[in-house]
Amino acid sequence: MDDRRVLTGKHFMNGDEACAEGALAAGCSFFGGYPITPSTEIAEHLARRMPEIGAVFIQMEDELASMAAILGASAAGSRSMTATSGPGLSLMLENLGLAVMLEIPCVVVDVQRGSPSTGLPTMPGQSDVMQARWGSHGDYEIVAYSPWSVQEMFDLTILAFNVADRYRTPVVMLCDEVVGHMIERLEIPPRDQIEIWNRKKPKKSNNGRYDPFKVLDPDLVPPMMHAGEDYRVHFTGLTHDEHGYPDMSAETHHELVTRLVNKINHNTEQLIRTESYWLDDAEIVVVAYGCTARSAQRAVREAREEGIPAGLLRLISIWPFPENLFQELGVKAETIIAAEMNLGQISREIQRVIGRPVQGIYHAGGEMIPPDTILEAIREAAQ
Amino acid sequence: MRVYDRTPLDISEILIPRGQVYLIPDRCKGCEVCVHFCPQDVLTISDERNAKGYRIPMVTNGQAHECVNCEFCTLVCPEFAIFTLPLENSQDG
Amino acid sequence: MIGVKSAERHPLDAIIRADRMPHIWCPGCGIGIVMRCYAQAILDSGLPADQHVVVSGIGCSGRVAGYMNIDSYHTTHGRAIPFAVGIKLAKPELMTTVFSGDGDLAAIGGNHLIHAARRNVDVNVICVNNFNYGMTGGQVGPTTPRGARGTTAPYGNPELPFNLPYLLAAAGANFVARWTTIHVRQIRDDILYAFTRPGFTFIEVLAPCPVGFGKSNNIDDGLEEMELYRQRCVLVQDGDVNQDDLNIDLREETPIYIGRFADRDRPPYEAIRVVTS
Repeated sequence: MDDRRVLTGKHFMNGDEACAEGALAAGCSFFGGYPITPSTEIAEHLARRMPEIGAVFIQMEDELASMAAILGASAAGSRSMTATSGPGLSLMLENLGLAVMLEIPCVVVDVQRGSPSTGLPTMPGQSDVMQARWGSHGDYEIVAYSPWSVQEMFDLTILAFNVADRYRTPVVMLCDEVVGHMIERLEIPPRDQIEIWNRKKPKKSNNGRYDPFKVLDPDLVPPMMHAGEDYRVHFTGLTHDEHGYPDMSAETHHELVTRLVNKINHNTEQLIRTESYWLDDAEIVVVAYGCTARSAQRAVREAREEGIPAGLLRLISIWPFPENLFQELGVKAETIIAAEMNLGQISREIQRVIGRPVQGIYHAGGEMIPPDTILEAIREAAQ
Repeated sequence: MRVYDRTPLDISEILIPRGQVYLIPDRCKGCEVCVHFCPQDVLTISDERNAKGYRIPMVTNGQAHECVNCEFCTLVCPEFAIFTLPLENSQDG
Repeated sequence: MIGVKSAERHPLDAIIRADRMPHIWCPGCGIGIVMRCYAQAILDSGLPADQHVVVSGIGCSGRVAGYMNIDSYHTTHGRAIPFAVGIKLAKPELMTTVFSGDGDLAAIGGNHLIHAARRNVDVNVICVNNFNYGMTGGQVGPTTPRGARGTTAPYGNPELPFNLPYLLAAAGANFVARWTTIHVRQIRDDILYAFTRPGFTFIEVLAPCPVGFGKSNNIDDGLEEMELYRQRCVLVQDGDVNQDDLNIDLREETPIYIGRFADRDRPPYEAIRVVTS
């Protein structure tokens, strides 16, 4: 049954389906989701594929149930995933916080659309950038990746599962409707060429007692104990000590929340992914991600053809934000132009780091930002 | 020894169980449910208080032999505090 | 027997987290009683303890997860059931039980409750119904009887409560029962029975909440509420009782019907397996 899991070979499929295939190639064995445009194809594709390989697909009654179900499945040992869009992510936020607190790995795919509220269900947006980062209550860090091609929908989903498992954290895929619905070539490698990072396994503790939140390694990640493995774990969303027992003290709380935040912050080198085009001598740097980066790439290329020293920094990981990289760029580049399909969400982060204004090409959503708009802005900046 | 109007023929075979009441004193919260629902009226609430200040149950004077290990107090105690175990020698009569 | 002998260990200490005793529930609270029945049922189930999982939500009843010495998950308000569904479908060999309260399961969790019953997933639910939101101080909830008082209904609850056995039977649960905290043997027996029943099982246990509910409603302590149950409970045979009769009104001397209300064989949820050639 399992040999249909990885469909090695060349394919021509849409981004949502590629994401689904990426999940399967990564070993996903549980999907709990709810239909929402433009991510529904992920659920539909998995509804057909998962029974073929002995994995579990269930359509839950709403997004709150979906998020809870994938956490339960992951707590029992499955690589689990859900797929939604902006409004659904809003519903999932409370349990996203639970995933952070319980340190349960999972992947949440957000195929963004025009927002806020019901917005433009069938058209692209990129305005969940901040929701993914700050949506749930409390202090926490999130990892989020933004694919710009069908191939990346596949590849980054595998990375998302790996990061989730390795760091015991939820990972958000910040896709957009353009990449989700476009059809491109996809190459699926042979199964043995797909790298899988497994969850840290517990070693027996000294007094025969298993502490599910005891951290022994410098990466701040505790080993994962699953239900049914005779560890008799207790997982609670309340502030807890290393035994997992509720501990209502300010000291424990600060320690715990700090560790959860540092677990991501101290490991950013393994998590951050970016791609640069013509950046070495660039004086005007365009920053973009997702489908917007495709327009930006063309704009920068044409600018170069006109002799303008422009470059493109494509963010593949949106969170954690690449602070060090921008600190360098802030010094090197004269102008930074951020092009995004929202009213300036990543720009704020750039401005925060470089300490000066960023030029923005913003659109609230609905249509890809055309390359010419970006090119115009580059030309203006060049004067 | 029990007194019967008419002594049953199988009295030597039927053994009425006897129980010993145990209590983990510091778990008790003095709710008195065990005292109230004991079918044999074995228990009373005492004046003795545990470390948390709750009045804990005791065996009523003269009722020591009435516990038949029905286990109701064991089953109904919300605190995992009181329980009975069978007495070594159950006696009839 | 001489007198009460002092002990240091309780027979159930292996299955509960004895290092966390005494628990947080108030004197006279019924949750400990239901937990005890559940713990006993686990020991009597014939399944090793490491095959049992308990998932709970938020509220006093939800704290049970923290006191059971089995794999236990204390999750977000109302979401214990879908979390448990995830566990069960990922590892079907685990005996998965949701232990939570009336507010958590029937208000915020209501949607998940009825859908899990509809799907008939093989999960057991134990609902401790103490007619209010106890943990937060005694607000009214979806099972508060009409006219009863709560901190958010100081003039008396104007709303009609859910009739949980009726709701769950209508939604499709395979096994539905209602007991009270004085029916300790029946609770344990029915939890054991629920373990053996495929599909969704739901056991409601009416329980005293002296501080949250009793105080606002002229019930002095847990003992008095349990005595009230004893006086007013009527056992139903074969679950054949009218929907309206299952309503609970504490103002009047109407009977409180208890017993088994549904016991049937609707096919349980099964994940699809497809064999391709």
